[in-house]
Amino acid sequence: MSKRLANRIAVGALWLCGITTVAVLGAVIVYVFVRGIGQITPEFIFTKPHGVNAEGGIGPTIVATIYVTGLAMLIVTPIAVLAAVYLAEYAVQGRLVNAIRFAADTLASVPSIVLGLFGFAFFYEAMGLGFSVLSGALALSFLMLPIVMRATEEAIRAVPRFIRWGSYGLGASKWQTVSRIVLPAAAPRILTGLILAMGRAVGETAVVIFTMGEAIYTPISPLDPGRSMTVHLYVLAMEGINMDAAYGTALLLMVMILMFNLSARWLTARNRKVKES
Amino acid sequence: MTPLSGALKPDAPDGSAKFTVRDLDFYYGDFHALTGMNIDIRENSVTAFIGPSGCGKSTFLRCLNRMNDLIPGTRVDGTITLDGQDIYSSGVDPVDLRRRVGMIFQQPNPFPMSIYDNVAFGPRLHGMKKKDELDAVVEQALMRANLWKEVKDIMDRGGLTLSGGQQQRLCIARVLAVQPDVLLMDEPCSAIDPTSVQKVEDLMDELKNTVTIIIVTHNMQQAARVSQETAFFLQERQGEAAELIEFGRTTDIFTSPHDRRTEDYITGRFG
Repeated sequence: MSKRLANRIAVGALWLCGITTVAVLGAVIVYVFVRGIGQITPEFIFTKPHGVNAEGGIGPTIVATIYVTGLAMLIVTPIAVLAAVYLAEYAVQGRLVNAIRFAADTLASVPSIVLGLFGFAFFYEAMGLGFSVLSGALALSFLMLPIVMRATEEAIRAVPRFIRWGSYGLGASKWQTVSRIVLPAAAPRILTGLILAMGRAVGETAVVIFTMGEAIYTPISPLDPGRSMTVHLYVLAMEGINMDAAYGTALLLMVMILMFNLSARWLTARNRKVKES
Repeated sequence: MTPLSGALKPDAPDGSAKFTVRDLDFYYGDFHALTGMNIDIRENSVTAFIGPSGCGKSTFLRCLNRMNDLIPGTRVDGTITLDGQDIYSSGVDPVDLRRRVGMIFQQPNPFPMSIYDNVAFGPRLHGMKKKDELDAVVEQALMRANLWKEVKDIMDRGGLTLSGGQQQRLCIARVLAVQPDVLLMDEPCSAIDPTSVQKVEDLMDELKNTVTIIIVTHNMQQAARVSQETAFFLQERQGEAAELIEFGRTTDIFTSPHDRRTEDYITGRFG
């Protein structure tokens, strides 16, 4: 076999493997789009399901999903950001810091159904919060914590040293430098991490089914139960009661997550542009 | 106070010593970086630190506002006094010291915020809140830094949108806004264009009437142009502590240096 031929085969194989990723994503999107698009009407988005086969809309599940994700974000942001500030700026790099980082990485790899089970035991039973948006948000915050914390830590470390020196050189204390210079400079990247974590939370099923329940209910108070879009999709599909509504829900979910990912990309790109100008 | 040896004493009777350094040794962890530094820095003048790369001149500069404290494992022996007060004594807060001893870095480092907020950063840090007071301080600092005319109509623009030379003058304005007595400049011109270098040098000449300036520079012509006194630093062998070889009036250092090594350096035999 000539060298040229071998080269061509290698390049072809690499190309094929590379394109597989795009093809898989494309296939999923196209399939869900084709099956789901017929469902998407204002009525589907805004009204309640009714009847034995859950006809009608999925409004309450959208509310519950956004509610629980938003609340989880409010819980996780201060803790994750302050933990990252401690790790990146204050902690003496050593055993404790390594232990915290290892814990965060391990937490990130705990199966979500285990987090759901723990959330059920701890928030539902031990703390008596029952199936509620609050239980769901607290359990989801476990899932988001490591993502946001590591993203924030990276963002803080990426702020150039000489910008900090400028602040110290003006007689700023460490906290003044961190809060007025480092965090604002790191903000776009922190926000990107937050958005990606929210995407994960919106798509999460196992955690919320154990903690928020599956009652179709439009939650108002954080102690109200609710059914997330993912749980709704799961119930509809598993019981085979309304596959059309299941695909419609799947399509809306994917659109939401795609929007999260695109806005994260947009933020990163804009941030890069600002830095270069 | 210990009397100085002849060669190290600047024979410039006008103007008192701002900084007095006695028997200073400096360590990065186990590495002995500077040894036996003795120098008097004259008030309201420009003092240049010259020497080849790695000769400790920037390290020494950062001892003067305790910037080295930010690096873990560093240690200082000996004394440095500013206006007679030991800056390494326990009663001195390095944060207050750095307000009095401002610093300009090689890389212009405006904060990622507007021109106005950059200059107002220091005064706000130290508690100034009223808009009209801040406006006045910002305008005055920019005027002193010879940047006011260029930026007075674009105060809301990001500091990073300015050219490199303008950014450096913005950083100078930012430091001047906290009214320091001393300005430490660590190779302030090595990352900016020649026209801007000229402007920064003119600026130093004006500022020295009110501020004591110490500049580290690789450029001997620059040292000769801007400074009244020059100190020559040298690390004789790799891994050894750097020393202050010679200190005196700039004209003397460049025309009749006492030390052979100084002469070799300024005539371009090494470095």
